[in-house]
Amino acid sequence: MSDTILVKVENLDRLFDVSKPLLNRIIEHEKRQFLRAVDNLSIEIKQGETFALVGESGSGKSTVAKMVVGLLEPTKGRIEIDNLDLSDKNKVKELRQMRSEIQMIFQDPFASLNPRWRVEKIVSEPIIAFNLESENEAIIKRTGELLSLVGLAPSDGRKFPHEFSGGQRQRICIARALASNPKFIVCDEPTSALDVSVQAQILNLMRDLQDKFGLTFLFISHDLSVVRHMANRIGVMYLGRLVEVADTKSLFKNPRHPYTRMLLDAIPDLEMSGKERKPIEGEIPNPINPPTGCTFHPRCPLANERCKREIPASFNIDGNEVTCHAVEEGRS
Amino acid sequence: MSEPLLKIKDLIVEFPTRRALLRAVDKVSFEIAKGEVLGVVGESGAGKSLTGAAIIGLLEPPGRIAGGEIYFDGQRIDNLADEQMRHLRGKRIAMIFQDPLTSLNPLYRVGEQLIETIQTHLPMNKKQARKRAIELLDEVGIPAPETRIDGYPHQFSGGMRQRVVIALVLAGEPDLIIADEPTTALDVSIQAQIISVLKRLCSERGTAIMLITHDMGVIAEIADRMAVMYSGQIVEIGKTYDLIKNPKHPYTKGLMGSIPSMSGEVKRLVQIPGSMPRLNDIPSGCSFHPRCSKVFEPCYSKRSPQIKVGQSDVACWLYSEEDKK
Repeated sequence: MSDTILVKVENLDRLFDVSKPLLNRIIEHEKRQFLRAVDNLSIEIKQGETFALVGESGSGKSTVAKMVVGLLEPTKGRIEIDNLDLSDKNKVKELRQMRSEIQMIFQDPFASLNPRWRVEKIVSEPIIAFNLESENEAIIKRTGELLSLVGLAPSDGRKFPHEFSGGQRQRICIARALASNPKFIVCDEPTSALDVSVQAQILNLMRDLQDKFGLTFLFISHDLSVVRHMANRIGVMYLGRLVEVADTKSLFKNPRHPYTRMLLDAIPDLEMSGKERKPIEGEIPNPINPPTGCTFHPRCPLANERCKREIPASFNIDGNEVTCHAVEEGRS
Repeated sequence: MSEPLLKIKDLIVEFPTRRALLRAVDKVSFEIAKGEVLGVVGESGAGKSLTGAAIIGLLEPPGRIAGGEIYFDGQRIDNLADEQMRHLRGKRIAMIFQDPLTSLNPLYRVGEQLIETIQTHLPMNKKQARKRAIELLDEVGIPAPETRIDGYPHQFSGGMRQRVVIALVLAGEPDLIIADEPTTALDVSIQAQIISVLKRLCSERGTAIMLITHDMGVIAEIADRMAVMYSGQIVEIGKTYDLIKNPKHPYTKGLMGSIPSMSGEVKRLVQIPGSMPRLNDIPSGCSFHPRCSKVFEPCYSKRSPQIKVGQSDVACWLYSEEDKK
């Protein structure tokens, strides 16, 4: 891991228009409604590191992932990858070149492979799209290499996706992601559709490939044990905001934000130490109409008047970036 | 211990297809005592859900019970007529499914569904049933049940819906609940809430639960005993603590090692090579042998019987006394 920053996200906002149709709005005297999926989010990812985003469903993790790879336009804010601004219209050529360096692995390996294409066509598509090889033979050779790299046989290229199991399909997705020699791979819940023993195979494979090619991962997951295993740094999201960013070690050892603590408390205890877990209260509120101030205050055991009024700003405490009034005031 | 609540002996579930007869559950035997939680774990395709479906008589044709016996409270139930089974199902044995949205009717209010279920099983008039429904919703931890009872399923979140499903299941006051992946579709924080609801039920009402899941953490939290299934067979069954702390069967060992740990150093995960065999291609002998690192002579030809090791029963030749000689 080096100190060069590969991905820089600044004050990112994303709104979704969830209003009713115009006619309904006129008849029912309703205003337009927006859902703020991502709210003023800033992260930096260093070259060669694995940065993980965790949070419950609806916290905006996947929206961030889609914006970082360019599948969604941000409403506000900047995304810089390799010192290139993704929204810079004057650098179309450089951006196209740079896009080959970003790839994505999706959650569901059953939905992310075209069932009518042979595996070799799926894996070689990025090679052809980015013009990395022109000779037919070179493309076939490279496809075979990619398949062996992820633990499949080059002859598997002749098969169709339905002939493979879930874990093998995820391997095909990884081979496709590697085809364009990327630097940065966004993994959106890559193992949550898989069984534990298959998950272990895929996680080990991803770490091996990271060591081999110096890849940078943005890893999105709701499974904290997987995140602990994979990530160098972790960002915890709640209702579109980052509530805590810290090194993996210190996050698990010394979580600061009350939400992080709650999440860690919720993990079933496989060690069977018999420790009592605090029951969690409530669930994530409706993002169309989020609570005022700190959005976590209705569920927070430490909330007071200030939390209901003021949106907390992030500050640094022993290396953890925490966004919480209570921690700042030393009430925790 | 007295007579077990549920006793299964050599249960076989088969699917006749045009090409071959597929055996999805192969001679599974276990018992569940009153008020006990038995966790059943295994990967997809191990036959966990089919075992559950066979017990409650909800196997989808062409699947059928091809052999073995199921006893519930001393009575044999695998050969009951549909009509008799219907009286048992919902009243004394109930089932919780994975996806709470598909187990509720989206067109009926939650209350209507609850009242219907209560009136089916208990002699109550509508007013009493409604009162009981509110009590049940309260019991599973739904806030303001008096008003929520008139909501439609889509107005509830995933965790709340699963609570409604649990309330429905409780309506008949069953002795045994078969919970098929009840928390898989939920977030960790909600999962913890559902687990604690189930845990409370067991201790307060003495309900037995057969908990089918692939999440070892959930089992560790709630189950008294657990069974590990692999390609239609139980490879190891015993006390949860023993199985997690000291697994015996090579498959259980691999499974435990492949879970990323929450404490200690981050190590490389244990990897079981290959994947579960397909039903039309189950290896001879012990079906785990092509993936097993400790494979030796008898594994290729014969399946091991359940061998008592400590307090667990393990189906593995490694523990056979005869072979040690």
